[in-house]
Amino acid sequence: MNSTVAEPIVVARGIHKHFGHLHVLKGVDLEVAERELVFVIGPSGSGKSTLLRCLNRLEEPSAGSITVAGIDMLSPKTDINHARQHIGMVFQSFNLYPHMTALGNVTLALRKVAGKSRAEAEKIAHTALERVGLADRAGHRPAELSGGQQQRVAIARAIALEPRVMLFDEPTSALDPELVGSVLAVMRSLRESGMTMIVVSHEMGFARAAADRVVFMDHGLIVEQGPPAQIFERPAHERTRAFIGQIRQH
Amino acid sequence: MSAWDHFLQTFFNAEVMAKYLPDILQGTVVTIELAALIVISGIGAGLVLALVRSLAIRPLNWLIIFVVDLFRSLPPLVIIVLVYFGLPAAGWSPSSFVSTWLSLALVLMAFAEEIFWAGITSVAKGQWEAARSTGLSFGQTLVNVVLPQALRLTIAPLTNRTIAITKGTALGTVVALHEILGMASSAVSNSYNPSPLMLGAAAYLVLFLPVVVAARWIETRFAWKR
Repeated sequence: MNSTVAEPIVVARGIHKHFGHLHVLKGVDLEVAERELVFVIGPSGSGKSTLLRCLNRLEEPSAGSITVAGIDMLSPKTDINHARQHIGMVFQSFNLYPHMTALGNVTLALRKVAGKSRAEAEKIAHTALERVGLADRAGHRPAELSGGQQQRVAIARAIALEPRVMLFDEPTSALDPELVGSVLAVMRSLRESGMTMIVVSHEMGFARAAADRVVFMDHGLIVEQGPPAQIFERPAHERTRAFIGQIRQH
Repeated sequence: MSAWDHFLQTFFNAEVMAKYLPDILQGTVVTIELAALIVISGIGAGLVLALVRSLAIRPLNWLIIFVVDLFRSLPPLVIIVLVYFGLPAAGWSPSSFVSTWLSLALVLMAFAEEIFWAGITSVAKGQWEAARSTGLSFGQTLVNVVLPQALRLTIAPLTNRTIAITKGTALGTVVALHEILGMASSAVSNSYNPSPLMLGAAAYLVLFLPVVVAARWIETRFAWKR
């Protein structure tokens, strides 16, 4: 869609990650343009989640360089807490704070990191909860929400900080099938608003409809990448073909 | 005199009780002061140690673990005796009150640290990651996200341990502390009658029964759906 827009907002070069003897990422290069939606697929253990977690330094890369929105993420001079405000992240297991309401979950970082007053933070949070269709659930605790609703609150928590990039780490994998749609709908509207998104997921239908580019990873390397039609219909590599064939069967 | 009368005369002698009631009350005040000081300083120090331990500074953690294990293994009575009779050799002679306070506060600190630490580590890693990914610092995450969840888990074991250790104030008798049991037992020797001991038991019940009931209430109050 917008893949011709200049100036990549995420530039990762030569990313390596070792976990002890395990070499999980073996020199990955990834560039993502502003407003682009990139889908990362691959078998489990291929390193796709680790790559995502390196981008906001939840994992420390063993080697390489990462720039997000012009910020050198790996420089010791970078205030990582400040930099992370620009990078929203959504997790497979939602990770909402169970002792806080939906509103409390969204306002925490607004108040503590962005320095908003309580009133300001709540106003922003209400808007964010509205965007994910949960304005009426602001006072509910996570335990009182369905999985789909929890994940949407988690998305609201991330977008409330107005990040430049959103990372989604298997956002629908922990959801019952009937709840997946509501989360994908929110992601689609986010995409339409022009958010730059990197999504690790196997939601092929969503990838086909919304992704600008699909990246296939295996054994810690990017095997091939391209528009969804090309990757799904005419993959160039045998490994990609085998993987696509496998997830099609499900 | 019937056996029943004899029993009453021995254990619930009104005359003896009346005579020694002021002593027991005085001892009760000492016990309350001591218990309050032990709870505040012991739990406070335990929490501080657990927070320091969460910083994961290795040599410091070894030291914390050593201290904690030491005070968890030694019988509180031994610690009290060592502090009261041993420290003067090092040039400081704490009173029996201070010796008992210090000793039991150290024991409570050690157990409280372990309980807080278990609470902190039981909070899922995803909670840290979610908070840090929104830009919260380590300290902000600890205070706003992890501790509130950890503390709920610690309330039940912590109150149980606190009750057990504050009851240990009775051990102060070995260093001539005039708390409830000390007062009661000297009254028993002076009156040749065990009735003051019954008074002392009543004083402990009055003190600790409400605490036990309150602990039960707190436990149910703070248990929340996950």
